[in-house]
Amino acid sequence: MLSCHESTRLLSQAKERSLTLGERAALRVHLAICVGCRNFSRQVDILRRVSRAYAQGAGATDRSEDVKDPI
Amino acid sequence: MTQPPELPESTPSWSQDPVFLADLRRHMLKFARLQLADPDLAEDAVQEALIGALKNARSFNGRAALKTWVFSILKYKIADALRQQHRLVPASSLLRAEEDDDEPAALFDTRGHWQSEARPAHWKGPEAALQDQQFWRVFEACLEHLPARQGRAFMMREFMEMESEEICKILAVSLTNLHVLLHRARLRLRRCLENQWFVEAGKPC
Repeated sequence: MLSCHESTRLLSQAKERSLTLGERAALRVHLAICVGCRNFSRQVDILRRVSRAYAQGAGATDRSEDVKDPI
Repeated sequence: MTQPPELPESTPSWSQDPVFLADLRRHMLKFARLQLADPDLAEDAVQEALIGALKNARSFNGRAALKTWVFSILKYKIADALRQQHRLVPASSLLRAEEDDDEPAALFDTRGHWQSEARPAHWKGPEAALQDQQFWRVFEACLEHLPARQGRAFMMREFMEMESEEICKILAVSLTNLHVLLHRARLRLRRCLENQWFVEAGKPC
């Protein structure tokens, strides 16, 4: 049985490499009973989405969204 | 009373808007400084990206398009600088950084289960956060609080979208070490965002 610490380690590594079948199976069992790690799993995805948005300039102010430039 | 000069037909208004440009520049600089220890390098990368954008001003007839483009150029410049820096930094100064790679304290009990106050909660409205200027300031503050190497590894992976092998080379660490750095960075960053943004005080267990 995986601990939460080990589960989060695998959930993090899944962002860099494919997990083995054994790792995936162990993770599924753990996630089925652990709400904290289920939340962690979603949050690792959110961190990626947020980071990519930031790297595209989402952190910069958009007063009035995308002001249409007069042509 | 003088009228402002007529803009040539295809000059987009953003290129004449000093407030917009100053703001954009400030955010680009923040983005670059988070990733490059040397402020001069950060400044140069931003300058080059902005000059390129202004030269091609006519290709962007919206601010969003310009922003996306200018940040993608900036990413290339930062990636170049990171690769260069790696060649210049002596290995000994990288080794000294080991000490800041500690495990986030008190997240798990001795059997490796979440401590109850550290257990990740459900995050409300992650999509709405992306539209909120306050959220981005919190995000930047949380990144700045990461131990240096965890932060660098995380940003190379998630901002620059570099592959593990390349990050290992730049940071001079093994793949196993990189996985540890990224795991710790994610644990810290998610905790910081949860405490500072996603969950109001007095969350239910």
